[in-house]
Amino acid sequence: MAPVHPNLRAALHHLPAHLPIPVPRQFGRAGKRHMSEKNSLVILVVTPGCDQFPSLESVENYTLTVNDEQCFLLSETVWGALRGLETFSQLVWRSPEGTFYINKTEIEDFPRFPHRGLLLDTSRHYLPLASILDTLDVMAYNKFNVFHWHLVDDSSFPYESFTFPNLTKKGSYNPATHIYTAQDVKEVIEYARLRGIRVLAEFDTPGHTLSWGPGVPGLLTPCYSGSHPSGTFGPVNPALNNTYEFMSTFFLEISSVFPDFYLHLGGDEVDFTCWKSNPDIQAFMKKKGFGEDFKKLESFYIQTLLDIVSAYGKGYVVWQEVFDNKVKVQPDTVIQVWREEMPVRYTKEMELVTSAGFRALLSAPWYLNHITYGPDWKNIYMVEPLAFEGSPEQKALVIGGEACMWGEYVDSTNLVPRLWPRAGAVAERLWSNKMLTNLDFAYKRLAHFRCELLRRGVQAQPLSVGYCDVEFEQT
Amino acid sequence: MAGSALWFSLLLAAAFAGRATALWPWPQYIQTSEQRYTIFPHTFQFQYHVSSAAQVGCSVLDEAFQRYRDLLFGSVSFHFPQPMGKRHMSEKNSLVILVVTPGCDQFPSLESVENYTLTVNDEQCFLLSETVWGALRGLETFSQLVWRSPEGTFYINKTEIEDFPRFPHRGLLLDTSRHYLPLASILDTLDVMAYNKFNVFHWHLVDDSSFPYESFTFPNLTKKGSYNPATHIYTAQDVKEVIEYARLRGIRVLAEFDTPGHTLSWGPGVPGLLTPCYSGSHPSGTFGPVNPALNNTYEFMSTFFLEISSVFPDFYLHLGGDEVDFTCWKSNPDIQAFMKKKGFGEDFKKLESFYIQTLLDIVSAYGKGYVVWQEVFDNKVKVQPDTVIQVWREEMPVRYTKEMELVTSAGFRALLSAPWYLNHITYGPDWKNIYMVEPLAFEGSPEQKALVIGGEACMWGEYVDSTNLVPRLWPRAGAVAERLWSNKMLTNLDFAYKRLAHFRCELLRRGVQAQPLSVGYCDVEFEQT
Repeated sequence: MAPVHPNLRAALHHLPAHLPIPVPRQFGRAGKRHMSEKNSLVILVVTPGCDQFPSLESVENYTLTVNDEQCFLLSETVWGALRGLETFSQLVWRSPEGTFYINKTEIEDFPRFPHRGLLLDTSRHYLPLASILDTLDVMAYNKFNVFHWHLVDDSSFPYESFTFPNLTKKGSYNPATHIYTAQDVKEVIEYARLRGIRVLAEFDTPGHTLSWGPGVPGLLTPCYSGSHPSGTFGPVNPALNNTYEFMSTFFLEISSVFPDFYLHLGGDEVDFTCWKSNPDIQAFMKKKGFGEDFKKLESFYIQTLLDIVSAYGKGYVVWQEVFDNKVKVQPDTVIQVWREEMPVRYTKEMELVTSAGFRALLSAPWYLNHITYGPDWKNIYMVEPLAFEGSPEQKALVIGGEACMWGEYVDSTNLVPRLWPRAGAVAERLWSNKMLTNLDFAYKRLAHFRCELLRRGVQAQPLSVGYCDVEFEQT
Repeated sequence: MAGSALWFSLLLAAAFAGRATALWPWPQYIQTSEQRYTIFPHTFQFQYHVSSAAQVGCSVLDEAFQRYRDLLFGSVSFHFPQPMGKRHMSEKNSLVILVVTPGCDQFPSLESVENYTLTVNDEQCFLLSETVWGALRGLETFSQLVWRSPEGTFYINKTEIEDFPRFPHRGLLLDTSRHYLPLASILDTLDVMAYNKFNVFHWHLVDDSSFPYESFTFPNLTKKGSYNPATHIYTAQDVKEVIEYARLRGIRVLAEFDTPGHTLSWGPGVPGLLTPCYSGSHPSGTFGPVNPALNNTYEFMSTFFLEISSVFPDFYLHLGGDEVDFTCWKSNPDIQAFMKKKGFGEDFKKLESFYIQTLLDIVSAYGKGYVVWQEVFDNKVKVQPDTVIQVWREEMPVRYTKEMELVTSAGFRALLSAPWYLNHITYGPDWKNIYMVEPLAFEGSPEQKALVIGGEACMWGEYVDSTNLVPRLWPRAGAVAERLWSNKMLTNLDFAYKRLAHFRCELLRRGVQAQPLSVGYCDVEFEQT
């Protein structure tokens, strides 16, 4: 049906049957509707699921047909319809005179990888809710479908926990202003869902947890200087039962707040120095027969945590150290590869992870916080996630990747220009056909897309010398 | 000031990590104390001292008073509790300004005296300066001294400041050719420059990519050279607006029209101006630098620079002269013939010199001085002794510190930019490297070093436009601002970090989209309205 003004609809009921039904007229248009006009896009979704959440298994396929007979979007699911709507919005163009057009087009589309993510770090710098929601908008324009929310870390704990409110009260930068309330979190999850974006929440332990300390005394390991506590703290203390009781309760909350099947449990960069210095930990190591191998202690902690989280019916993603340190994990664990050169080049790591039968996410070459002078979008674009030695079955274990925007030097003042359009290069690499490697073709489209982002009000930075019809001006 | 006085003030400031440490750039001499005075926004006024050469009607200061009122108290509603009863000893309800020398309707210059003293004690709240430009610097400092308690009360601590800039030329370059910058971006930048006590806006108006400057003597330059003559240009009105907006902030506008290289965008509007490159014996269709072999070229430059000299009031113009690629000249038979005629042999530096010298004579005849990029000096162009050389190349032909030595030892004044290319971004806290540059760290006599008149932070536009200009400029450019204003001995990075991080939060409060220095937070984070 063509869209009809409500008043007109009411008026239609009062018209005698023999009078022609007035058709809403376009300004300046005379006479009959043309063959060469499209006044609707018809959407057909095959499978119901409107009230569900997108998942790793969601089918995002769609076809778009614009010809003399049809203007038709067909998709398996509502998520595919969202992808098709975005494509449709990019097909419509405007002439210099101002008329809107769409060309005759036939599109069959589906993503190459099912997990196409973007990581934001809200611990190093608090990001206002609006920044997160705006990011979800632009993710949707780029067909990203996972928001990896690195909520807390050493620097601050902005997540408002209801089971342990002191975590937030004492761990946030400012509990009055720099937190995400339960309402905020709900809002992010729903805003994402409406855009077909999954929220993958990360609560990184046992390292990266300094901000948890003030709210939960005894959680972190007290570091020792000789035989006395030095006053500083290290990773979560794996030697205490309390620790696991805490994690049980805390992750019960997290499992209920975040609806996605997967949680990200972190596990990266665990510094053993503090553990080593602590006499209780030393005693625990002895009791457990771990010898001097702290990787075994790390494994013990992580395995216990993974069992806790599994019992809540969640799957999990972990950083590669969990795999590198030979922690015993469930076979359906997803390993996120982030380290460029250590312990091996990331391409080699992808090979090792998949050859051990685990699913992999690639992030190592996509650390967007690592800025340099010049058109680095090209390097980002030219990454081939499956460029490693392995069988087709192995390569099928690569479920996608994530662009990461760590927050040490990033907050709401520079997030948007630093993210876009560079993250777009990752988006295409994860959605489009592997053979799309021509940089000139990519540049042309990405530069155009960047101007479109500006038109949509996104403060996306330039790719290189040039201009857009309307430059960015803050209103 | 004596080193010991500086140390004293540093120690004092470090001693209480409170209000006075929140100054950027750090004054030459400051004494402060815990004693504080209350300020009530509704009764507080900026007042001219009866003996001041500047009085009401002095637009520079009248408007500054309004601006600083807004910056200080703009967010305060007028229903804030009124003070009761008599004025207290512990209250300051005005800042009295005394400017010694008139000059309100003038333009700032390289010779402007920017000294000021600020005295806040039981008896006075007083700003004394030689000129209106110094008063502007003092007003900015004053605005950074006022602080607000968690309850919302405004205070200023007992303070004594004597301040003046270490270098007289403290500039920022914007490139409006690689990307057009909306007028608002330029004006906003001038605002933040004033917060940082920058005093020169080096406007690199045109280049290869586009010609956005609206020329009235050669309108085709703009019509055919701009990205879009309807939307991506600076009209005569725009240019006037920039110049006046800058003047009101004590900022000079140093306009650059870079030739003979970097001129591709001039070609479409002035056929015959650029050198046609040759492929063998035929023109290849591409163009190179301005053609130095034609009389027309110099007629054009004469007329064009007459316009520029009249539009831009500063004594100095920047004439460019960088990165002249000789390949195209070499390929062109007319140029080859000209080289022979002039007896230049195979040395194209001599041809370059010939062009530049003629141009410099043209510009001198219009009563202007000029700044040029270092190649003009490196290629031994004969220039007037009062030419200013801008050193921008980090390693070639020599390390920039060596270049500073060579330029000053030849008797020319120098501007340092090489280590301050802010468009060269990297991951991490690069503000430290920017801050730790010492402009006079080269071998030379005191007279030589006195020839270094300052420096400029450069934000070239290949990858920069209005979407990322502000976070990329600030607070990093602030590191240059302090290096050029403050005492040479200020090299403690912890002290600098503390103040710059605080200043960055203040910039946010003032609505500037300045990016973070490192992990942390500001009371109010940036949200676009």
